[in-house]
Amino acid sequence: MNFDYSEEQQLLADSVRRLLQKDYEFEARKKIVASKEGYGAEVWSKFAEMGLTALPLPSEHGGFGGGAVDLMGVMEAFGEALVVEPLVPTILGALLVAKGGSADLKQSILPAVAEGRMKLAFAHAEPGSRYELKAVKTKASGAKLEGAKSAVLGAPSADKLIVSAQGGGLFVVDASKVKQQAFTTIDEMRAADVVLNGAEGVPLQGGLELIEEVVDFATALACAEAAGAMKFACDTTLEYLKTRKQFGVPIGTFQALQHRIVDLYIAQEQARSMACLACSKVDAAESPAERARAVSAAKIKVADNARLISQEAVQLHGGMGMSEELKVSHTFRRLTVLGQLYGDADHHLERFASL
Amino acid sequence: MDLNYSQEELAFRDEARGWLEANLPQDLRQKVADYAHLSKEDLVRWHKILAKKGWVAPAWPKEWGGTGWNVVQRYIFEEELGYVGAPPLIPFGLTMCAAVLLQFGSEAQKKRFLPRIYNCDDFWCQGYSEPGSGSDLASLKTKALRQGDHYVVNGQKIWTTLAHYADWIFCLVRTDSGAKRQDGISFLLIDMKTPGITVRPLILMDGAHEVNEVFFDDVKVPLENLVFEEGKGWTVAKYLLGYERMNTGRIGESKRQLAKLKKFAAPMMRDLRFRDRLSRLEVELMALEITNLRFLDRMRRTGQPPGADVSMLKIKGTEIQQGLTELMMQAMDPAASDEFSVSIRKRYLSTRKTTIYAGSNEIQRNIIAKMTLGL
Repeated sequence: MNFDYSEEQQLLADSVRRLLQKDYEFEARKKIVASKEGYGAEVWSKFAEMGLTALPLPSEHGGFGGGAVDLMGVMEAFGEALVVEPLVPTILGALLVAKGGSADLKQSILPAVAEGRMKLAFAHAEPGSRYELKAVKTKASGAKLEGAKSAVLGAPSADKLIVSAQGGGLFVVDASKVKQQAFTTIDEMRAADVVLNGAEGVPLQGGLELIEEVVDFATALACAEAAGAMKFACDTTLEYLKTRKQFGVPIGTFQALQHRIVDLYIAQEQARSMACLACSKVDAAESPAERARAVSAAKIKVADNARLISQEAVQLHGGMGMSEELKVSHTFRRLTVLGQLYGDADHHLERFASL
Repeated sequence: MDLNYSQEELAFRDEARGWLEANLPQDLRQKVADYAHLSKEDLVRWHKILAKKGWVAPAWPKEWGGTGWNVVQRYIFEEELGYVGAPPLIPFGLTMCAAVLLQFGSEAQKKRFLPRIYNCDDFWCQGYSEPGSGSDLASLKTKALRQGDHYVVNGQKIWTTLAHYADWIFCLVRTDSGAKRQDGISFLLIDMKTPGITVRPLILMDGAHEVNEVFFDDVKVPLENLVFEEGKGWTVAKYLLGYERMNTGRIGESKRQLAKLKKFAAPMMRDLRFRDRLSRLEVELMALEITNLRFLDRMRRTGQPPGADVSMLKIKGTEIQQGLTELMMQAMDPAASDEFSVSIRKRYLSTRKTTIYAGSNEIQRNIIAKMTLGL
């Protein structure tokens, strides 16, 4: 039993945090969010130089063969800084290719991803499918795809999309061949609704089990990212309680508020514990059921606590918490999305109870 | 990061589990499973079985009978005790008084009391709370005046758990009413057979006699029963509070209750509202367990005692215990009046105490706010 990161994992997380402190301050981030592309090309190549895009890919294709625990500290740092670059969508797509692609396809995609030259997105959810991974209507006739995908995270910047079809089918499609309606999510990420329009794809060895496995991996990363965002929300709220004065004293001297921030602090620790569980189990569970149970348990707790912490952080900041100018309102939005991404608490309660 | 126990730790757990399975008397196990009343004889009997094996006081130094286990092994053993459903080990002597004596007691006091605590030859209780001094413990009024070679104690303690079984009580008393309030407090060991002590039962809402009022009327206590220095009782009390909070998660016990609840509430699982409540509680328990392990891992590697944030284990652990009893009661047939159903309802009533005792959960929040968050 050991809850520490390895020396390598800690070094990586520390250097990502340093980079973000230097290049990703709140004002710098604002510019990135407001840019046409909606992500920073420069910071993306720095991520790639640090090996973030290569980390979870197989070593025979330019990766480091890492797992979710290797990325956990990075994701916590991303959550603290509210990074908008599409690392997780790219990793999600790359893992599908790594696990289901032919040797040629892997060679044409994975080294480019590892080096930061190619971005991917997983086009899976469809209008009305909500969080149900099985609910796919997109049809594949041969390599031709017909259907619509909704809210594909990272699609506007992606070079290739991994598109799911009925029965667990998966296809790699050039992003330029589909029709995209791009938009900005409430947490300032770029996504797109996609119409496939008969675009042709290269098939992967798909299957619902593979999709579940890879989405569980992404869910564990989302839990870690949420743990980082919760930590920032708690830290900044605590700071506010210590500095904001009313009635002539810091509002943190009021017991009603002290007990609430303590509950947030506990909730943040509980969420981080569950993120540890999820990341460990996607790396080393003995069975898919054990993995799924751990991930769903983690997502229930993380979703519940993300909601509690984000809402309370805004409330305890008073009017300032509502303001666009304060980072905490952006953290509120990110935590709201992370609570729902890959399934909200209700969805995972259903899955947890069925396992 | 590796959330699993090592091979050695698993082997240790299996050994402990195997021994407990083989040596916990069936009748005691059944009583615990049925939530039946445990007599003093039941409690002492189990204590002595563990003492004979040498496992009753793992945390003590080896020279006094400790096992030399590290914090993780101790945690595993406690979890197994809870999970197998053993009668509780009453902490007042074994955990609390012993911790104080080991840290602050004189050699003579250690020699006199520790072996008898180890074997449960003396049954101890704790004299802290008073009618006017609950959360604000330092306001306590029970007086001990020095007269020649003894103190004369006058006053009243309340909520004294198992005082009616006890041979000894350790008390916080005021030895100097002029000093700043924390400075006037001392830590005294008092023989319950001393003339002038009256124990009166306080029956709680589940009908059980567990706590008492203890009255002191000109009770003579030899000076040699003072622990540490006169006026330094608050230092002792604070030390003990930190000690008390580490094992309040009661995860093994809650796991056993959860398994039991899942079994007898199986028909209720078709009710999605009930099922979701149960699932959320189970997830809550998973999160507590991992958080507890994170604390242990930190303690093992730093060799440092836990920080004040360990209070969160008490808060969450007791909330979960209460959540479980509430769901148990909900799962019972509301019209049933059989013995088991009645005992479940009583247990629901009784478990309300957990968020109040050992420093109410509000006090635990105060502690985290002040010590951990710097408010």
